[in-house]
This record gives sequence, structure tokens and C-alpha cells, in this order.
Amino acid sequence: MSGAGVAVDGPILEVRGLSKRFGAVAAAQDIDVGIAERSVVGLIGANGAGKTTFINMVTGYLKPDAGRITYASRDITGLGPRATARLGIARSFQIPQLYGSLTVLENVMVGLGIVVRNAGLGGFFARGRPHVPGYDAPEGEVAERLLAAFSLLDCRNEPARALAGGLRKLLDIALAMIGRPRILLLDEPTSGVSTEEKFAVMAMILGAVRAEGATVLFVEHDMEVVERSAERVLAFYDGRIIADGEPRAVLDDPGVQRRVVGAVPEPR
Amino acid sequence: MKRDRTPRAVGAALLALLAGGMLLPPWLQFLLTIALAQGLVALSLALLLRAGLLSFGQALYYCLGAYAAGVAGQLWHTGDMVVQMACACAAAALTAWVLGYLLARYRGIYFGLLSLALSMILYGLLVKSEALGSTDGFNIPRPSVLGLHPQESTVRYVVLAVAAVVSAGAALAVHRYLETPLGRLAPAIRDNEIRVEYMGASARAAVHVKYVIAAVLAALGGAIAAATVGHIDPDMAYWTTSGEFVFIAILAGTGSVLAPFLGAIVYGLIHSVAYGLSPNTWQLTLGSALLLVIAFLPEGLWSLGAHRRSPS
Repeated sequence: MSGAGVAVDGPILEVRGLSKRFGAVAAAQDIDVGIAERSVVGLIGANGAGKTTFINMVTGYLKPDAGRITYASRDITGLGPRATARLGIARSFQIPQLYGSLTVLENVMVGLGIVVRNAGLGGFFARGRPHVPGYDAPEGEVAERLLAAFSLLDCRNEPARALAGGLRKLLDIALAMIGRPRILLLDEPTSGVSTEEKFAVMAMILGAVRAEGATVLFVEHDMEVVERSAERVLAFYDGRIIADGEPRAVLDDPGVQRRVVGAVPEPR
Repeated sequence: MKRDRTPRAVGAALLALLAGGMLLPPWLQFLLTIALAQGLVALSLALLLRAGLLSFGQALYYCLGAYAAGVAGQLWHTGDMVVQMACACAAAALTAWVLGYLLARYRGIYFGLLSLALSMILYGLLVKSEALGSTDGFNIPRPSVLGLHPQESTVRYVVLAVAAVVSAGAALAVHRYLETPLGRLAPAIRDNEIRVEYMGASARAAVHVKYVIAAVLAALGGAIAAATVGHIDPDMAYWTTSGEFVFIAILAGTGSVLAPFLGAIVYGLIHSVAYGLSPNTWQLTLGSALLLVIAFLPEGLWSLGAHRRSPS
């Protein structure tokens, strides 16, 4: 898993006819979309519109009932989270998924250990601290660099469970970035962050992520954050993508205004 | 970076045992050797506990190690501890590798009870096995080491010395393993398996490896206990034996690879003193000791020293 993968012709992520039902509820209905490499795409929609289901299917947590997911010209439909992560698709979570009893630094070191181990290094007889593949630096140095990129250096020795909400989010994203993914899916990266800090936090996250050349898809409910951060917006409603385009155009779309933003009442 | 004192502490403990062990009376050499054997099993439990897995059936591998050593001794008419321990390790590793495919899928109480059930299956098989002495078990030859046959007066010390060297080696190997990427994964698996999988690691494979390592450690303990006592029987797999190991692991804590050995020595002391004072109610004393440790030292006896060493 590495951000320095081979460039692909066409979209790096392509989804065709993706559908998923939970009983009577259609969480995804025949979704077709292609995502260009190194783009920043915002996913908007009301709760239950299908955004997180979409992320869960792309990252292998849920198997789609129908449809096909192609990543870098490779069919990844039905692969599990571990396999998709190793291929270069990482995610953060709405509720941060951390190693609560470990310190911030230990959280990162666990992740770096996984990278080292997946590369076949760092076994029982390996001497000293191995260089982390893709970073060309020892683990400790890479950890410091990552923590600095996400403004987590000052709390490196604090247990993850003791962190404030915003810092937990940042650590969650830092953990997702450790494997230098080519695609990063962020589920509500600024939830739990105060309104005044949202823009700065989002700018920092995107700065760190884009420095690695990753493609970003993020779920967000704050339309100002979406407009400022995204290059393209996908609006979800009832398991379908009802609008796809530049942020201003999508946000001004009457259907999106009515069904997603909630500015215009539904016609009777 | 904090200096790693563990290898030096293990070396010092080994030297103390090798030098001081000679001066001890045989009965104390015996108790100390049994404590080291039990410490190896408790170390295996501590390894699993770091990943959040509590085995109520580690006596399975303790007993398997002892029987593998005993059967090897009978087959080849040898009391060589090195040969017996090698056979114990091989039998345990193979069994754990196969059973690991099942156990690595389970967590929490399911893992604990499944491991208990497996140990009781071995107990049942041994009890019904006439060839292995059924409930009586069988005796094993007097211990020797790499072709050297110690005299009656020194055999206890030789077994203690072998147990000390093996325990020190195992402690250092586990300490080293915990620093590897795979070893570091244990607390991460305990805390959040979802994140482990989303970072590209297999929690199940990591648990499987830990289970095999833990089995080998427990089997080494069993082989040493067999050589020390000179007799093995199915009770070594009985659930109360597993309970003793859990008792020692909780008493000791997981703060260091030396903690299980300290816990086993303290357990042996409490057990011997309590039995000497009151043969009918010694369990009451043991239970009270465990209650006190859980109430006042929830991280085990080792945390006493750890608190003193850490700056206020």
C-alpha cells in the first residue's frame, strides 16, 4: 500500500451499478461514478442518504448486492477491509477508531509496524529499527513527521482515549494515512470540531493528505466546508447520486437544495 | 529513549539462580524449579493477555509437553531433558497450529471456554488411555542433560539450572518478540480489531501466531515439571491446573517478562506456607491473597516495583 503507485488512465476509482439493500431499505441504488486521481470529492446528503454505505462498500466493510467497484483498473468488488487497505484504499471513521489504551505515539508506531511487516521486514531476527518502506526513514523519524503533519506532536505521550474530540479525529486520519494510501475516504472529518476551527482543521487535513498525492473523498454536513474544500461534489439522496459536479453548481441545484440542504421545502 | 533494563535484569536473575541455587536445600531447589515451570506457563498466558485473550485451558499444553517428554523418554529410553523439551515443543507447536485455526476466530469468554473445553478433552483422552497409564499416569527416567548423567546428590540442582537457563532464554525471546511489529500488534488487537484490519493487518493471523508461541512456552513448562517430579498424570490437564496458571498470571501482572516468574515464586510460597499452617483450608488463604492483589494491585505484583521506579 503506497501513495506512489503507478498512474492509471481514466478514473482511479470507478463504480458501476452499485446497489445495497438492508431489508426494505435501499441504501445504494444503481450508483455509477468515476473518481479522478488526486481529486478532492465531497459527499453530501441527509442522514441515511447512503454516503457511509458507499464508503463501507468501497473499503470492503460491506459487500454490495450488485455492481462492480474498480480501483486502478482492478476489480476490488467484495474484497475485505484488509485487502483493500493493502491495495491503497484507507479510511477514517465517523467515530474515530483508535487504540484507546495506547499513547498517540504508540498508535502511530503500531501502524508503522504493520507497514514494515507487510513489506516482509521487521521480523524476529531483524536488527535495530527498520526503515519504513515508502518513507525511507526509521520508524521513530516517520512517526514524528506524521504527528507533526497532523499537529499531534504535543500530545504524543497521552493515551488516545484521553484526547479531545478534534484530536481523536486527527489521530484517526493520521492512522489512515500511515500506509500512504492512494485513496483516502474520510467520514465526517470535522464532526466534533468547533465551528471556528473547522476550516483550519480541514485545510490542515487536506494539506497533509494532498502532500502525499492521495485522492480524497470526504463526507461532510457543513456546506461551507464542502464548498471551500471540494473540487467536486456528489449529492446523495435515497441511495442514489442526484447531483454530481462543481461545488457551487451542485449546491445551487434545486433538487439538492430541497432534498439535501433543506433550504427549499419539498413540493406537496 | 528509555534504556531497556530487561535483558540485564534477566541475566542477573539467571546468574543468581545458577550461583545461589547450589547453596539451597534440595526441597527448595525443587520448589524453585516447579515455580520456574509454572512461570513459563504464566508467561504464555501473559502473552495472550496482552492481546486481550484469557485462556482457561493452558494446562492443555502444560500436560501435552509433559506427556510428549515422557513418551519420548519411554520410546528412546532417555531422560535427556534437551531431547524431551524438543519433543514437547514440537508436539505443542503442531497441536496449537492446528487448533489455532479454530481458536483464533474467537475472542473474550468464547476463547476462554473453548480453550478450557479443549484441555478437558485431553484430560478425558488421557484418563481413558491405558497405554499412558490412565488416571495413574507413568514415571519418567531420571533426568540427564546432553549425555551427562548427574549424581543423585546434584540432580535437583542440574534440573534447576536447566529450568533457569530455559526460563531466561524464553523470557528474553518473548521480550524481543514484543518489540517486533507482530508483537506490538497485541495491545492494538485488544483495543480495536477493526482499526487493525483497516490498516492492512490480519488480527486473526497475529492471534494464531501468539497462540502457537504461548503453547510452546507452556509445553516447556510441562516438560520441566515432568523432569522435576519424575511422574506425570492426567491431572496436569485438569481445569484446576489451568486455574492455578490464571491465578499466577493475575497475581504477577503483565508489566514485564519477569513478572510471571515472580508471580509463580510468590504463589509457591503462599501455597507452601498456607498448606503447612492449615492443610484443610489452604485454598482460603490463596483466595484471600488473590482478592487482596485484585483490590490493591489490579495490575499485579509487578506494578509495585514499577510504581517505585517511575518518577512521581
